[in-house]
Amino acid sequence: MNIQRALLTSLAALGFAQAQPAPANAGGTLVVGMTAGNIPVTTGNPDQGFEGYRFVGYNLYDSLALWDLSKSDRASEIRPGLAENWSIDPENPRRWLVKLREGVKFHDGCAFSADDVVWNFQFRMDQKSPNFFAQQFAYTRAFLTNIKSVEKVDAMTVAFETNFVESLFPYSLSYVLMVSQCRLKALNGDWAAYALQPSGTGPYRFDKFVANQRLELLPNTEYWDKSRVPKHDRLVLLPMPEASTRTAALLSGQVNWIEAPSPDAIPRLKSSGMAVVTNVYPHHWPYMLNHARGPFTDVRIRRAANLAINRADMVEMLGGTAIEDHAIVPPSVAYYGNPPKYTYDPEKARALLKEAGCLPCKVTFGISTSGSGQMQPLPMNELVKSQMDAAGFEVTIQTMDWNALLDIYRAGVDKFPNYDGLNFSRGLLDPVNAIIKQASKVYWAPAGPNWGHYATPESERLSSQIFTEFDPAKRLALLKELHELLGNEAMMIFVVHDLNPRAMSPKVKGFVQAQSWFQDLTTISVDP
Amino acid sequence: MTRYILQRILYAIPIAFGVSVVCFSLVYLAPGDPLQTILPPDATAETIEIVKKAYGFDKPLPIQFAIWLSKVVTGDFGMSIATRRPVFDEIVMAVGNTGMLVVFAIPLAFSIGFSMGLLAGCFPGKVVDRSVTGIAVFGVSLPNYWLAIVMVIVFAVELSWLPATGMGPKGSDAFSVWRWSDARFLVLPVITLSMIPIGIIARTTRAAIAETRNQDFVQTLRAKGLGEMAVIRHVVKNALPGVLAVMGLQFGYLLGGSILVETVFTWPGSGFLLSKAIVNRDVPVLQGTILVLAVAFVTINLVVDLLQSLIDPRIRRG
Repeated sequence: MNIQRALLTSLAALGFAQAQPAPANAGGTLVVGMTAGNIPVTTGNPDQGFEGYRFVGYNLYDSLALWDLSKSDRASEIRPGLAENWSIDPENPRRWLVKLREGVKFHDGCAFSADDVVWNFQFRMDQKSPNFFAQQFAYTRAFLTNIKSVEKVDAMTVAFETNFVESLFPYSLSYVLMVSQCRLKALNGDWAAYALQPSGTGPYRFDKFVANQRLELLPNTEYWDKSRVPKHDRLVLLPMPEASTRTAALLSGQVNWIEAPSPDAIPRLKSSGMAVVTNVYPHHWPYMLNHARGPFTDVRIRRAANLAINRADMVEMLGGTAIEDHAIVPPSVAYYGNPPKYTYDPEKARALLKEAGCLPCKVTFGISTSGSGQMQPLPMNELVKSQMDAAGFEVTIQTMDWNALLDIYRAGVDKFPNYDGLNFSRGLLDPVNAIIKQASKVYWAPAGPNWGHYATPESERLSSQIFTEFDPAKRLALLKELHELLGNEAMMIFVVHDLNPRAMSPKVKGFVQAQSWFQDLTTISVDP
Repeated sequence: MTRYILQRILYAIPIAFGVSVVCFSLVYLAPGDPLQTILPPDATAETIEIVKKAYGFDKPLPIQFAIWLSKVVTGDFGMSIATRRPVFDEIVMAVGNTGMLVVFAIPLAFSIGFSMGLLAGCFPGKVVDRSVTGIAVFGVSLPNYWLAIVMVIVFAVELSWLPATGMGPKGSDAFSVWRWSDARFLVLPVITLSMIPIGIIARTTRAAIAETRNQDFVQTLRAKGLGEMAVIRHVVKNALPGVLAVMGLQFGYLLGGSILVETVFTWPGSGFLLSKAIVNRDVPVLQGTILVLAVAFVTINLVVDLLQSLIDPRIRRG
């Protein structure tokens, strides 16, 4: 390489490059700056949290049940996907019959059938399966614990048998993405090769991949749901973990869509003509509490903590990119019910602490410096500490990195009894993960995600009734009752729900922001 | 000379081994599970155990180290936990991409830094010396993370002269330094990366030149009637070994990639790879990258030692 010449070229760039515009996007190309640190894996269920599902998982692949992402004014619910319908076996409340959609083809041309469904569950669940894939086992295990067996009934019907009766079981079907058995066979079972030639049934097909840098997808014009054939020509996904980089990339025209701009960049983006959209979605930023020992075993102290939080201040600090959280799920969720509203009242909080004999009330919280869904943990935790201290608490914050916090969370409160609470944001996609797992002893960590070991006879009764109630209206009433109970019990310190801001060029048209972690990009067109 | 080279290479082997032990141990000293990158937050203890077994993390650490080392010496660095791609391929690509920056940043830093230092060293105490020293201190003190953001705001966002992020419009696979639409992606990260080495090299060169100019042999040269340019040539030759050592270190630092600069520019180099591996606790990538960079650093120092001994035979005799 002629270094001297290249060096001169580089130096000349500063002085003579004005005529060169930023790279222009071809008409119809949607270029997304993701918050992910890397390209989500393409071998089925992705990594990088739900952002991986949003941009790669649900675009390359489908699941038996899909999320309805067509509306912005109501919480997303599951709908038939690769399954045309599902029903409980009238003879056996632990057996689900799933009728598959006819005429669906994988991107490689192979037809989708019951054999594919059985195989997809086998390689994720059965360690003796010839295609067992530990990575996919890890990614999906939490959704599959209740599945005892999966069997083919006929070419287009499968039966799932569960370990215990679970009326909410169909939600589990939405998390397992159907991979092409045909393609993996053609690649001699090599998952590493499959990652570079993935084949699903989703609305996009794989085109190009540059490791750690970009993934390019093209519309699947043969997609089975004709209303969801992408309206743009190409989807380019770029990992950009640094918020200022994403903002600069959008402002300079390198991308036309960014996820999660920082709140202080939003005025600048708006003044440059960018559209900034927000919507509530099933996320919350709470403190999970230690219900096994310490001050928070007393409901008066838990309520005092909730009354000590000035949520309006928090929302203002976040530039309006969040809403107040007074229970677990946001009010737009069907089973929200009528839980109490913890309006800021430091005097009442102090009185409750005095009544409980804990003034000043010393508590220790574990927090992380960053992490999936943790928003801006450092300033947010500082604000919570100052508000709680002002109401009679004496909060000690122990800051650690995300990995260390995950270790504490997974191990549960018995292994780390010194923490009175963990600041751990959560996805609340379905009622099982949102509230039932937080209300039942069977999910106490390390066997499940109930870190603080919360359970009462009432919450156990309701959880059990919900699982055995197959009438949707009656089940909804029970879910409301449970949600109200958890709110009334102040089983967590509720702070805010994120509004998931995203910014896009004015050339991006047709996006409907669903109340979900996932979004439908297929409706989008990009003006040239 | 051959004996000297062999001796230096033999010294490098235990250093590389020591580095591999340290980097393997350090990764495990940090809190958190090495499999957290693939385990969901609510993974149960049972799930963790099964995945640990599948990935070979259930074995005792010394056994894991022995297995890792035995594979590394054959060039097999294992597979990335996060991506399931060979670690060796990831490292080769990342180091190559950082190398692309270094190829431009090094000549830029060395030529500007050395010229500035030479100028200041030849006129100690004068305005030019004070100016150069001031600029050098400014260059060294400037946080390159901040500089990177400012450069992006000015040249990419406000002026739209240069791209803000990435390595070419189609990624590193299609990158060509001879195509301006690609090469323009180099400009901002190269300038940002050069700033600190320019300051360090300028200050080192200035000190070495000023010190050498005060030595007796320079008086002798002048007494023999040599012109000032000829005297400076001798001064430079005598000052060079020390400057060369610093240049070698800077070369090594740059090759290691700047985590901050590469993150701001989303440049897919070794610093960016390391930062992702740290965040994800991708142990095989972390261990492999640190080892390769450490060996590269040791090799660069070895080459610098040999160059020094060629320029100044007294070093070889010492």
